[in-house]
Amino acid sequence: MTFISDVLLTAAAAFVLISLVVVYRLVRGPTMQDRVIAVNVIGSNIVVTIALVAGAYRDVGALDIAIVYALLNFLMSIAISKFTVERGGVL
Amino acid sequence: MTPREIAVLVLAAGGVFFAVVAAVGIVRLPDLYTRSHSASKSDTLAAGLSLAAVAVTFGLDVSTVKAVLLLLFMFITNPTAAHAIARAAAEEGIEPWTRDGADSGSADGTGSGPTDGTGSGPTEREVEE
Repeated sequence: MTFISDVLLTAAAAFVLISLVVVYRLVRGPTMQDRVIAVNVIGSNIVVTIALVAGAYRDVGALDIAIVYALLNFLMSIAISKFTVERGGVL
Repeated sequence: MTPREIAVLVLAAGGVFFAVVAAVGIVRLPDLYTRSHSASKSDTLAAGLSLAAVAVTFGLDVSTVKAVLLLLFMFITNPTAAHAIARAAAEEGIEPWTRDGADSGSADGTGSGPTDGTGSGPTEREVEE
């Protein structure tokens, strides 16, 4: 393991721990939009974690997974926020 | 340490720092809109710095282009999603937090004012239906 791999894996572990802290807001957010914001932040943290692990192990294929996950995360936020306002106007 | 190692270390440390700032803001701030502000700015900067560290790691390669494109994508979509969520909350009728409601809670910033204030919106909506 080189120095760069150690740095990237440490950062990935820190991002996972930070996501676990944000789960607090996911469990007892008073409104539904609080929970959507928490899910969005956790999802973007997971995207960054996948990219950091891809950099640590020089795994090029994992970057594609991170890109697709970021796309799904964005679509989920837009769909939920639009769905809750119009009560099913999207679908 | 080579210059590339120093760059990766600085960028990853900055990313983790701003992710901690975003998490503290999301857990501690009193209102949905202030939490959305914390999520959209600090978390976007954290993701950008960390993905820049990944891009520097790969050097000159095709995967560097992928990492930079992922960085640009998250740089655009993360604030957009936060804006959409906050706008949905505003259209649902959730009131922003003001200092007037927090006077009763006084010393500890987590007084029950903000959570009760945000709870009034959906119930009014239920009554309408």
